[in-house]
Amino acid sequence: MSRAIIVHRASPGVSVQDMGRPGNLTFGLSRGGAADRIALREGAALLGQDAGLAAIEMPAAGGIFEFTAQTRIALTGARMRASLEGTRLAWGASHLVPMGAALTIGPAETGFYGYLSVGGGVDTPEVLGARGTHFAAGLGGALMAGDRLPLGEDPGTRTNMCLAPEQRFGGGTLRFVASAQTALFGAEELARFEATVFHRDIRANRMGSRFVPDGDGFGAASGLSIVSEVIVPGDIQVTGDGTPFVLLAECGTTGGYPRIGSVLPCDLATVAQAPAGATLRFKFVTLDEAMEIETRHARTLDARLAAPVPLVRDPRSMRDLLGYEFISGVTDGRTFPDGG
Amino acid sequence: MARAQIRTAGFDGFLVTFGDALSEPANRAALAFRAAVEDAGWPEVEETSTSLVSAYLRFDPFQTAHAELQGRLDALLDSRDWRAAPLPANRRLWRVPTCFNGDHAPQLDQAAHAAGLSRDDAVASLSAARVRVNTIGFAPGMPYLGELPEAWDIPRLKQLSANVPAGARCVAIGGAEAEAIA
Repeated sequence: MSRAIIVHRASPGVSVQDMGRPGNLTFGLSRGGAADRIALREGAALLGQDAGLAAIEMPAAGGIFEFTAQTRIALTGARMRASLEGTRLAWGASHLVPMGAALTIGPAETGFYGYLSVGGGVDTPEVLGARGTHFAAGLGGALMAGDRLPLGEDPGTRTNMCLAPEQRFGGGTLRFVASAQTALFGAEELARFEATVFHRDIRANRMGSRFVPDGDGFGAASGLSIVSEVIVPGDIQVTGDGTPFVLLAECGTTGGYPRIGSVLPCDLATVAQAPAGATLRFKFVTLDEAMEIETRHARTLDARLAAPVPLVRDPRSMRDLLGYEFISGVTDGRTFPDGG
Repeated sequence: MARAQIRTAGFDGFLVTFGDALSEPANRAALAFRAAVEDAGWPEVEETSTSLVSAYLRFDPFQTAHAELQGRLDALLDSRDWRAAPLPANRRLWRVPTCFNGDHAPQLDQAAHAAGLSRDDAVASLSAARVRVNTIGFAPGMPYLGELPEAWDIPRLKQLSANVPAGARCVAIGGAEAEAIA
């Protein structure tokens, strides 16, 4: 029988996510997929598998999960309090979970979206070419207690690996380029925007995050009378009350509020992961600078993902120590398994 | 707007805009220009779409520099009069039964007032206008229909409406309306 995850409890908004559905903008369907794509890639790197495989995204808190067979998992993204049958598990690492054990993932300690990746990936049926839940489009839905998610074949065996952590969970500076309506705001308003400190509002979801300025809101010359236009993840949309929203994976495909700029793709995980109250600022960069920043980011990320290192564990704290196979095979010294 | 405008949209996109407000020629130009970009089959172009008055494309800037793609878009723009483009073929006329009563139309009075019409005149005006799907967007499958008579050029709401039910008929900016049918 194929392996599965049994969901015993799921926090609100926990869902299956992957890299989304590019290519459907013309039907009004945004790409969607994981809010923090870097975390999905980290999970895949830890398990040595394709980053396109689906995982479980957990906003603010996780849940209780059980596996119907021994399963490799990786925990990435926002650090959450995770334990296996009462033993704390390292975050940003891969682990082997025995059949029937209770994996408990509690609230986020830093950041917002945690990810549970599994060896072989979550193998729910594809809809429009992907498995990721798109809440706004009604594709899939939040996971509920009692759900049973099939898992794909897992040819991998490596566990207890970890990756060097990255700082993207506590706000920071978001680099942005000009977008279609930046000029409508004028140089003075743009300078004030860059000089302003923002706090991530409690209003944030997979469509976008609201950022409350310390001080006055922002406005474009033509205010609320611009024609609806294409919007893309990263766009900084300024609503009528002058507060910016940064659009994320599940944003709409067109919108009518003016946009002061567009956050670089490499900083979108920082937007998604900023917890409520986190301090953020915006920094304007030219397209050439953006190209350099994106190139450097891609290179650094590739290098980091290529080099998972063994997780150092203290044998005294390993309750599952005797579950390990210390001898992987026996021969009589004359014959070998390959017949040589 | 004399000539179309080419702007970046996000880090990895271009927007080619044919008007400041919705108009029949601008919308036709956007549809035709997007079709031409699709036909060109440029390998770095990953996706295209249209809005009311623009064609949009997303591309891989690591494969082709912004300036080079912009140059190609410039050349394509100059290759013909896009605003004179005919409408796409295979169009159909649909009649959509619509209820304007009570709870089905919670903001009708507000919208009619903004348009300077009585409730009855507003309903008559919305029911008599023959509109065309200008683009699909915002939400999956949601058509933007246009154009309505000039009176419907009313300002946008200051706050986002948290939830608009499927099937709702909404009036948006510039006399275009959106039909939430997702």
